[in-house]
Formats: sequence, C-alpha cells, structure tokens
Amino acid sequence: MFAYILKRLIYAIPIALSVTVVSFVLVYLAPGDPLNAIAPADAPEEVIQALKSAYGLDKPVPVQYGLWLMRAVQGDLGTSIASGRAVTAEVLSAVSNTLLLAGMAALGGVLVGCVLGALAGYRHGTWIDRVATVISVIGVSIPHYWLGLVLTILFSIWLPWFPAMGAGPGGSSEWLWDTEHLRHLVLPALTLSVIPMGIITRTVRALVADMLEQEFVTALRARGLSGVAIFRHVAKNTAPTVLAVAGLQIGYLMGGSILVETVFAWPGTGFLLNTAIFQRDIPLLQGTILVLCMFFVVLNLLVDILQPLIDPRMGRS
Amino acid sequence: MSATLELSLPAAAPVAAPAPSRSYWRVVGRQLRRDPMALAAGLVLLLIIGAAVLAPWLAPADPYKASMLKRLLPIGSPGFLLGTDELGRDMLSRLMHGGRLSLLMGVVPVLAAFGIGTAIGLLAGYVGGRLNMVIMRVLDVFYAFPSVLLAVAISGALGPGMSNSLIALTLVFLPQVVRVAESVTTQVRQLDYIEAARMSGASAFSIIRVHVLGNVLGPVFVYATGLLSVSMILASGLSFLGLGVKPPEPEWGLMLNTLRSAIYVNPWIAALPGALIFVTSIAFNLLADSVRSAMDIRR
Repeated sequence: MFAYILKRLIYAIPIALSVTVVSFVLVYLAPGDPLNAIAPADAPEEVIQALKSAYGLDKPVPVQYGLWLMRAVQGDLGTSIASGRAVTAEVLSAVSNTLLLAGMAALGGVLVGCVLGALAGYRHGTWIDRVATVISVIGVSIPHYWLGLVLTILFSIWLPWFPAMGAGPGGSSEWLWDTEHLRHLVLPALTLSVIPMGIITRTVRALVADMLEQEFVTALRARGLSGVAIFRHVAKNTAPTVLAVAGLQIGYLMGGSILVETVFAWPGTGFLLNTAIFQRDIPLLQGTILVLCMFFVVLNLLVDILQPLIDPRMGRS
Repeated sequence: MSATLELSLPAAAPVAAPAPSRSYWRVVGRQLRRDPMALAAGLVLLLIIGAAVLAPWLAPADPYKASMLKRLLPIGSPGFLLGTDELGRDMLSRLMHGGRLSLLMGVVPVLAAFGIGTAIGLLAGYVGGRLNMVIMRVLDVFYAFPSVLLAVAISGALGPGMSNSLIALTLVFLPQVVRVAESVTTQVRQLDYIEAARMSGASAFSIIRVHVLGNVLGPVFVYATGLLSVSMILASGLSFLGLGVKPPEPEWGLMLNTLRSAIYVNPWIAALPGALIFVTSIAFNLLADSVRSAMDIRR
C-alpha cells in the first residue's frame, strides 16, 4: 500500500513539471516579444533593459524557465500588469471562490447523479431508466453558459428568488457563510452541476446495470440476502469507478467554470482569466493556469491514492 | 463511409438477411436508417445544416442591417418572425447565418483532429518502441489540463480570433484521438495476418493502408462523432467569451454574449441562439450514440 502511494507520488512529479513547462511556454505562444507583455508600450530604453535583466529575459530560454520555476516554487508568480498586485495573491483569492463553486456543483451533481443512475440501473428498461437517460443526455449536451442565462431569466427576472450576479451583496468578492451569500451561490452552482450530473448518471447507470447481471449477485440472491444487503455489495463495487469519475469532474469543473463565472459575474478564476486575456496580462494568465492545473494534478493524485483505500485489490496489482 | 450519414436516402433495402456482398459501412448505414433516434437526430441536423448553408438565399433579411428604431422587437413581430436583436437586426436571418460559422467552428476542429490524430496514432502504434513512448508521453501532458481550460489558455495566449480558436480546439481534441488510434493500432499490429503480410513482402505503408487503417478508422470515427457535440459547445463558448468570432459576424455563441444585456428587456430573444447550440449538440450526441451502437463498438 505504502509502495503504491509512493509510486503514484513519484509518477506525479514529471506530470507536474510538464504542466509548468506548458504554462511557461504560453508566454512564447503569445504574438510578439514577451517583453511587450511585461513592459508598458512607452517604456524608456533603460526601464526595458532593467526589466529584461529582472525577468532574466536576456538569458537563454531554458535558464529563463529555471529561474521562473524557482520563483514559482517559492510562491512568486510575478506581478499582474492590469492591477499591479502580486499574481499569487490575486489567484489564491479567486481560486477559493472557484473551488467553492466547483465543489458545490460537484457535490450536488454527483449526489443527484448517483441516485438517478442507481435507480435507472436497478429499474433497467422502465420509465425511470428512460427519464434518467434523457436527463443524462441533456446534462452532457447542454451549453451550460446558456443554461445559466435561462436560469437567470426564470429564477432571477421572472421569479425574483435569487440574485443574478456576483458572490455576495454589493458585489463583494469575500465569501461568508450566511444566507445572503448562499443565495448568490444557488444559480451558478446549479448551472455548473448539470455537467457532472449527466456524466455520473450515465456512469452509475451502466455500472449498476452491469453489476446486477454478474454471477456474484445471482449467488447472493440465491443465498437469500435481502435487497439492502445486495445493494451494499453493488455500491461497494461501483464506488471506486464513481470516485474516479467524480474526482476528474471536480477538476473539469474548475476549468469549465470560466464560462459560468462569466455569466454570473462570479469573482473566481474565470473572471481572472477573462481579465488576463483581454488586457494581455500574461503573468496573470500564466499564474492562473498554472495554479488551476496544479489543482487538477493534485486531484488526480488524490483519486489515485483514495481508490485502493476503497478497493484494496487495486493497490496490490 | 459516406453511407453512414446519408440518412435521407430511401431505405430500399429488403428486411432479409444482409447479402454477403454488402460492405460493412453499408450495413452500418442501413442499421442507422432503421434507428428512429438516429433518423430524428439526422433530420434535425439536416434542417439546421440546410438552413445554415442556404442562409444567403433563404434568409428573409440582411443579417448585418441594423435599425435603431427596431431594437429588441419581440418574437412574432410583423416582418420579424423571431424578433430583432440589440441593434435591430433580424434575429431569424442572423440565426440562419450564424449557423454557418457555429457549425464550421464546431466541426472543423474535430475533422482536423480526426485526420491528424489518426495519422499520428497509426505512426505511434505501428512503429512502436521508443517513438511510441515519446509521442504518448508528450500527449500525456495535455491530459493534465481540463479541456475547457486548455482551450481557453491556448486561444487566450494566441489572442482572440477565429483561426486561433480553431487551432486551440484542434489541440484539445488531438491527444484524445491519437490515444484511441494508437491503442487500436497496437492491438491490430500484433495479429497474425499483419505478420503474414509483412512476410509476403508488403511495405509498411501498404500494410498500414490496406490492413491496419480499416480496423482503426471505425473506432476513431465513432470517437470523433462523439466529440462533435463537445466541440460545438466549446467553440461557441470561446466566441461567447469573446475569444472566437468577432462582431458583427453572426455566430451563436457571440450572439448569446451580445444579447446578454437584453435579458431584462426581452429575455426570450436572448435565449434563442443558445437554444440552437443546445439542439445541435443534442442531435450530434444522439447521432453519435446511434453510430456507436450501429457499429457495435463499446467505449
């Protein structure tokens, strides 16, 4: 078991490193001199030279990468051009908001998806199955930024139940656990939860239906086990796969929330990415993407480590 | 291969057992024509594609012609069947024209990833060894990025614009296609008849073309059809963020964005472009499901 976790940890290192390489290379994808992204257009020559040596731009690219990585590891992701603040501080406050939104959406989506999928798998071929299938197809086909708009029309304009924008009253971006903030969370989280719901429903339905046809279930039935006891066996066998899919979904949601955050003006990483892209704020873009992807890598690692804890067979292989 | 999507062809085939002379793709095509879900999805897609392609001739008005006096007219206004947008342009015409760019932006990245990805996958799988390892490890890096984030990051770094978002989306789908093509190729390569072909002196190129490609194309094709719906949503999403098509071009995602402020005045007009993205994406998804079961390939 310990050896397995160690192996996973070591395997994550090259992936994490390659993520930093891609984030670094993004600057060079951008058209023009990377210096243009850092220095103002009308900067005098000596300022440009000073910036060049400060950012190490006068050195060869691999050395630049090394320097950048050293600073990033120490928590220094540079300075945002748009706001002049440290990128690390900006990203961390935005990431907490995105995590909250993505976490809530994943929680809701996975719970509903599990219940719907299990029902559909158990009642294979009945109307429940058909309803669950339709819901899962809608869940994976709907453009969620449009769903956000429709939900705003329905529950914010038509029925004024929930606020349409922001994360709190008066456009505050500081999150508090009170009813007013929670009301702001409802619509964006609901919008975002549709994707994992569709995918989890589909996965659980197929798994449960498959499981019920296995011989061990027949054997359990023959031994006279009750439905609840059999369900416990089925649940135990489906849990590792569902965990893996759900874990990946949280990661996808952290990336995918950019569209929903734009619709609801949610002060998260999506908002930050938007600013970064349209103000050509390359350090901010780089930093946000690096932090989000590191979350994704860590999440994948967590899923890999948690899986054999649920299903010991995996750790042994 | 074209037979799979020609849903409009009359189903003239008799119900009797398939004649041995029929090719695999014709059997698949016939299977699809018997599937009501595939027919319905195909019909919807045909309508949407038809309206988009024929928009210059069918659209009732000029999609660029603005009028300050006729802004945000409701659906069903005289002369404007689906109302007007925030600049007083005819919604029906803009939606029809918008389909051209939206479909193009959704389909082209999948086609490109299908073509390039199959080639890379065949190469990696057939040559194997160190080349395979290098290609697959490089592609693994892309899996460390959530797809929406990767698309936004690449097209954000390249700068807004249509061609940049096409490049970004192709790069998002490419690793997935390569992985499918590579795994099938690796399996097929080990079969006896490939060995026999090699011993009879066939060149690597002709073995791939004649013996491997036919086996690989099916699974990759099914996978690629499954990507169409995601691609539609992502492509319009990039335009929605302002990273894709630029105004005043009509495009569904961009229209959704520019109409966003109109939801307080005339909400249903604002919801129209997104509804079309949704319908197209659902139709692509259902068709992909049918193609998968017709070709009898499990994911």
